[in-house]
Amino acid sequence: MNDDSKYIQIQGVEQRFKTAKGSFLALRDVNLNVAKGEFITLIGHSGCGKSTLLNLVAGLTTPTQGTLLCANREIKGPGPERAVVFQNHSLLPWLTCHENVYLAVERVFASTESKAQLKARTEAALALVGLTAAAQKRPGEISGGMKQRVGIARALSMEPKVLLMDEPFGALDALTRAKLQDELLGIVQKTHSTVVMVTHDVDEAVLLSDRIVMLTNGPAATIGEVLAVDIARPRNRVELAEDPVYVHARKAVIDFLYTRQAHVEKVAA
Amino acid sequence: MVSAVFHSPLDAAPVMPVAAKNVAAARPVAPARQVESEPRPPRDFSALWLRVLPPLLGFALLILIWELVAMKSTTGFPSPLTTWKQALIVFSDPFYSKGPNDQGVGWNVLSSLQRVGLGFGLAAAVGIPAGFAIGRFEFLSRMFNPLISLLRPVSPLAWLPIGLLVFKGANPAAIWTIFICSIWPMIINTAVGVQRVPSDYMNVAKVLNLSEWKIFTKILFPAVLPYMLTGVRLAVGTAWLVIVAAEMLTGGVGIGFWVWDEWNNLNVANIIIAIFVIGIVGLVLEFALIRIATAFTFEEVKS
Repeated sequence: MNDDSKYIQIQGVEQRFKTAKGSFLALRDVNLNVAKGEFITLIGHSGCGKSTLLNLVAGLTTPTQGTLLCANREIKGPGPERAVVFQNHSLLPWLTCHENVYLAVERVFASTESKAQLKARTEAALALVGLTAAAQKRPGEISGGMKQRVGIARALSMEPKVLLMDEPFGALDALTRAKLQDELLGIVQKTHSTVVMVTHDVDEAVLLSDRIVMLTNGPAATIGEVLAVDIARPRNRVELAEDPVYVHARKAVIDFLYTRQAHVEKVAA
Repeated sequence: MVSAVFHSPLDAAPVMPVAAKNVAAARPVAPARQVESEPRPPRDFSALWLRVLPPLLGFALLILIWELVAMKSTTGFPSPLTTWKQALIVFSDPFYSKGPNDQGVGWNVLSSLQRVGLGFGLAAAVGIPAGFAIGRFEFLSRMFNPLISLLRPVSPLAWLPIGLLVFKGANPAAIWTIFICSIWPMIINTAVGVQRVPSDYMNVAKVLNLSEWKIFTKILFPAVLPYMLTGVRLAVGTAWLVIVAAEMLTGGVGIGFWVWDEWNNLNVANIIIAIFVIGIVGLVLEFALIRIATAFTFEEVKS
């Protein structure tokens, strides 16, 4: 059973929320296996439960039905082995970038390593995202892109088994986003992390993923289609722009989102 | 979000308009200085007048009405000039002491401040931890909220007889009254602050699996600090309102007692002086706490 192709197992997961209007079925019948070292993106229209699914894998919420396994152990709660990069970076504004990362490093490695080693780890994580110079600045003093990088550094510094990212670049402008996507590609190449990322950006999904998991419209969303992106790494966004596999994959995702799952506005209205 | 901290729904205390005026008056001073340091500043006299003239007019109006009332009065209401002369006498020796019932205005203010400090300090020591506990644990919140809702609207002076009975002394009873009136804003604001800590921060704590102590020191406390300081500010404002009334009832040395004593002496000028002193001390307390609060307010996550 200890199969690397089933590192994360999502089995028959259903998620209901209790709201003022009664119970709301967000996700139903979700089944997915994620291999070790695989880069998965979850894509779908807003409100389809992408983030809900990510929170389930993170352990921040528990499913109403079904099970989630990570390395064959049930996900019972959040933990540093499944690090999360939040949409709005969620850095603590009263700590410097260094202290923000150190908080995570300290939690995971303090029991086994010396203070100097913890400091070195923190500095290495910040260096990985190119923020050595801003280490002593507070989040309020740096740009949105830099904040998001600190968030990534914090997640990576814990050496997580799984990196979970909830629209990490959603709030950034297109150029900064492209730059961070390239950086992320490089980092994942180096660390061989298993990544599950929520996005609503088709290009981002195709560029980064090994597989794209497309969700149907909510309520009662489920996995509509899984698309494997067979493009060799390292990937270069400029070369890929005319690559037939890339173009085809992009077309397939757009087709799913805008042709087959297009009725989202009508439902909402 | 930051402005919400300073104008929480608990801002029932009438000290708020004073605070708002304070900030408005204090802020424009700094840019004006910067302008002066630049070479050949274009002096904007109209803007300067707009800042200086209205407050001056306000005070002039007050003095005018006061003067009119004094002129028409048949009961010896002192005119502004008489009061000013009396004030010069009072402040020429604020720290004299001729026995327990005749002390300078300085001693009176200081003993009032001491009572406020003691009662308020005790209230902070009890109220802030209580607020954290109530904010953090749903069970405690449900347990204490009805009690707080019941007791908070009670005038603190209603507790004075209880204080006299239990502590068998005027001074502890006054401190007890201050304690009661300043504990509510601190409990409630701290609890609200804890409940309003952005869920993102708590998610970070959960993902990192931080210990309860780390959560407190690294996340809860810094996040709640602005709310807590607002509570402290409201508490000090209320305490300063209440001490005057409490001292009128308990006697001893204190600005409230001084007012009552001067009423018994029919020395109205001194009462008016006391009113100004109380106002100025309240203003200073308020202003100091606003400065502390702004120093500890950080940019929050936009969600």
